[in-house]
Amino acid sequence: MSLIHLRRLEAEAIHAIREAVATFSNPVALYSIGKDSSVLLHLAMKAFYPAKPPFPFLHVDTRWKFREMIAFRDRMARELGFNLLVHVNQDGIDQDIGPFSHGSNVHTHVMKTMALRQALEKYGFDAALAGARRDEEKSRAKERIFSIRSAQHGWDPKRQRPEMWKTYNTRVGQGETMRVFPLSNWTEFDIWQYILREEIPIVPLYFAARRPVVKRDGMLIMVDDERMPIQPDEKVLEQQVRFRSLGCYPLTGAVESEAATVPDILREMLTVRTSERQSRLIDTDEVGAMEKRKREGYF
Amino acid sequence: MSYVQSIPPRDIEAHLAEHDNKSILRFITCGSVDDGKSTLIGRLLYDAKLIFEDQLANLGRVGSPGAANGKEIDLALLLDGLEAEREQGITIDVAYRYFATSKRKFIVADTPGHEEYTRNMVTGASTADLAIILIDSRQGILQQTRRHSYIASLLGIRHLVLAVNKIDLVGFQQQVYEEIVTDYMAFAKELGFASIRPIPISARDGDNVISASANTPWYRGAALLEYLETVELDPMDQAKPFRFPVQMVMRPNADFRGYAGQIASGRISVGDPVVVAKSGQRTSVKAIVTYDGELATAGEGEAVTLVLADEVDASRGNMLVAPGARPFVADQFQAHVIWFDSSPMLPGRSYILRTETDSVSATVTALKHQVNINSCIREAAKSLQMNEVGVCNVSTQAPIAFDAYADNRATGNFIIVDRVTNATVGAGLIDFPLRRADNVHWHALEVNKSARSAMKNQLPAVLWFTGLSGSGKSTIANELDRILHAQGKHSYLLDGDNVRHGLNRDLGFTEEDRVENIRRVAEVAKLMADAGLIVLVSFISPFRDERRMARELMEEGEFIEIFVDTPLDECARRDPKGLYEKALAGKIANFTGVSSPYEVPENAELHLQTVGHEPIDLALKIEEFLEKRMDDE
Repeated sequence: MSLIHLRRLEAEAIHAIREAVATFSNPVALYSIGKDSSVLLHLAMKAFYPAKPPFPFLHVDTRWKFREMIAFRDRMARELGFNLLVHVNQDGIDQDIGPFSHGSNVHTHVMKTMALRQALEKYGFDAALAGARRDEEKSRAKERIFSIRSAQHGWDPKRQRPEMWKTYNTRVGQGETMRVFPLSNWTEFDIWQYILREEIPIVPLYFAARRPVVKRDGMLIMVDDERMPIQPDEKVLEQQVRFRSLGCYPLTGAVESEAATVPDILREMLTVRTSERQSRLIDTDEVGAMEKRKREGYF
Repeated sequence: MSYVQSIPPRDIEAHLAEHDNKSILRFITCGSVDDGKSTLIGRLLYDAKLIFEDQLANLGRVGSPGAANGKEIDLALLLDGLEAEREQGITIDVAYRYFATSKRKFIVADTPGHEEYTRNMVTGASTADLAIILIDSRQGILQQTRRHSYIASLLGIRHLVLAVNKIDLVGFQQQVYEEIVTDYMAFAKELGFASIRPIPISARDGDNVISASANTPWYRGAALLEYLETVELDPMDQAKPFRFPVQMVMRPNADFRGYAGQIASGRISVGDPVVVAKSGQRTSVKAIVTYDGELATAGEGEAVTLVLADEVDASRGNMLVAPGARPFVADQFQAHVIWFDSSPMLPGRSYILRTETDSVSATVTALKHQVNINSCIREAAKSLQMNEVGVCNVSTQAPIAFDAYADNRATGNFIIVDRVTNATVGAGLIDFPLRRADNVHWHALEVNKSARSAMKNQLPAVLWFTGLSGSGKSTIANELDRILHAQGKHSYLLDGDNVRHGLNRDLGFTEEDRVENIRRVAEVAKLMADAGLIVLVSFISPFRDERRMARELMEEGEFIEIFVDTPLDECARRDPKGLYEKALAGKIANFTGVSSPYEVPENAELHLQTVGHEPIDLALKIEEFLEKRMDDE
């Protein structure tokens, strides 16, 4: 009997997670609090049952996440009892880097890419599991499940190793690390279907509710705290919105929606005509943006 | 990325259940550069309305030479996601895309056509059920068409679509199509595909991609998508024996000991007997543990944790198997090897061989032949160059458990990893174990090494002198040999030139022959050390890999690498045999230091600089090292 689709994806992911643990001495899972991270966390709980995942979860905090995300993160760590590490780039705090003052590029580079590099070095992690999927973006479609990074954390597409069957080459040289993407073959739709079936808790921002938003550059930006500057010609409106993807609140657009439950979201997805990354400002600021960021060490 | 279209579902749960139960077809597109692979997938997704609006809008933003007129969309750009791909207009790496229609789900790997990136085509092919081979109607069958067809068949892909593309550019002529199909069928006869379905298409304009084209009234078959939706795949073989490669042992506490892994084939139920493949220990399955509760039975593909009835020794790399149908356990076997690396595969060189969960040192003991991909004819070869396929005898340092690849894709494959760069340099498909591995066992000798060396009152050692020709290796080794002899020690000097007059007289100075030269002398040194001797090996041995291989043959601490370090000009000045003069005049090919590289040792036990030192003093230094080693013992 062949496995049905979701169980096949689940087994493939569990295999990759275990493989990272079996072959690396100090792995970590990157936890960004979004839906993919939530699925990754759930799969890690499954992979080592009856034990807990034998690695910590690292959240690279940019200080500009939605407040609900941070509350959710702390609640999950408490309830599931996993080891949560939070890292913020102190240099970025000292320079008071932010998306409004410095723009999305500088903010993302300093508070995400550099912060991640710092954290990996600080704890000496040799492998970092992450919930990235190939269907998110064109350069992600080219990623391996086990993806080698240089000692400078850079991704070189031409140095990617051939990856045949489930026989992964997990050897790294001095200073090199591995990024591991167990959810590579999942689509956005699979993620939601799995969240439904497994009843995985997710941040409430994914569900439609009335939220204060400003229309800016064709996107609906939620006013999450007082740091958001409101231009004279802008108006804060209460609208029924939700998020398809979560990042820093000033860089993440909301979509108008009535979908208030996971089945609603799935139903909505069957008719939607835009990709989830459309609402992510950082993907569209230039052509090849994601690839460039990955070369610098973004995950 | 894309979802089932056109149903505004009321009952979402029922819809999801139906969606989840659809079969999945994993396929690749392959063929030569510019045959239109990326365009074809782009067209499939576009015509099936599976592309998001923002992604389409993005194509307009991406400037590319191919889409310069701004009117036509360059569909290839949907797939070619890397900067270098957009610049060069080629596919470098595999792109995976996911889509579903009302009939089936698809995972497609768009693989590169360029020969340089064959490794990435193999990456996509290793997990595919079907391959679409594209052919440009104007070009016909090219070398890459043959290479990819051969690799697809080698990797176990059973079904093929022959997409005769750009049919619009030859005026939709039936004759052109027929000729290509006839040519291809003649070539592919040897490859043993279960089915080959030719379809005339135009990926750019969409002829016969989603629906039948009016431009090809002479073609009566299904359009590509319809065929992909309905092609019958081989049913999973229920009867395959149980195989469970042990991925890790879970021991969260003293009461629980489980073996985690993904079932490679067959089924297992609680109570079933199993055997540990490598040791033959028998036990049975006490429980199948998962987060969602214990299972009574589990089958192929499931990632589970097995608890066994007895304490057995089964660590990562071993396999739990059905007692009645066991895999091979051997340290020598024949395999087909696809080579990826720019430095060639050399028989005798030590690599790391990795199966799904096992990892051992391995060497290719014989390259039996390579396969010419144009003709499928076997040709003699001494090494495998990048993108070549060869049939090899492989020897591993410890036995591994495996099946023939033809019987089991999961337990019959391996990859080859370079010890220095850690790159994946090759992929292997196991054919069968070699009989000698089954029948020749180590003979346990009554009088062993320690008995022999105790009688001689010495510690056996292999003193490996490496350095350029003329650096002074043999001179120092000679001095040392004299000192040891005077002390009543039992030693023997193996000199490069002398061994080449006898044991190795059949070898030349090519890279392959040098590797074999070192392998043989290392084996001889090992036997002599086993006899209790202190062996002095004076060989240029220019490559780190071979010195490491020799080191690994010996026991821990027995191999002592001595780097005789003399600058090249000094060696050339001494030129005791007049070789440098000849080499510099171009009269000797592959001369180390002149026309062939010398790789300096990185972790030699002794580093001797000869300039300004007398050979006797250097020999005494080595003797001191040996004294100290004896005292430490």
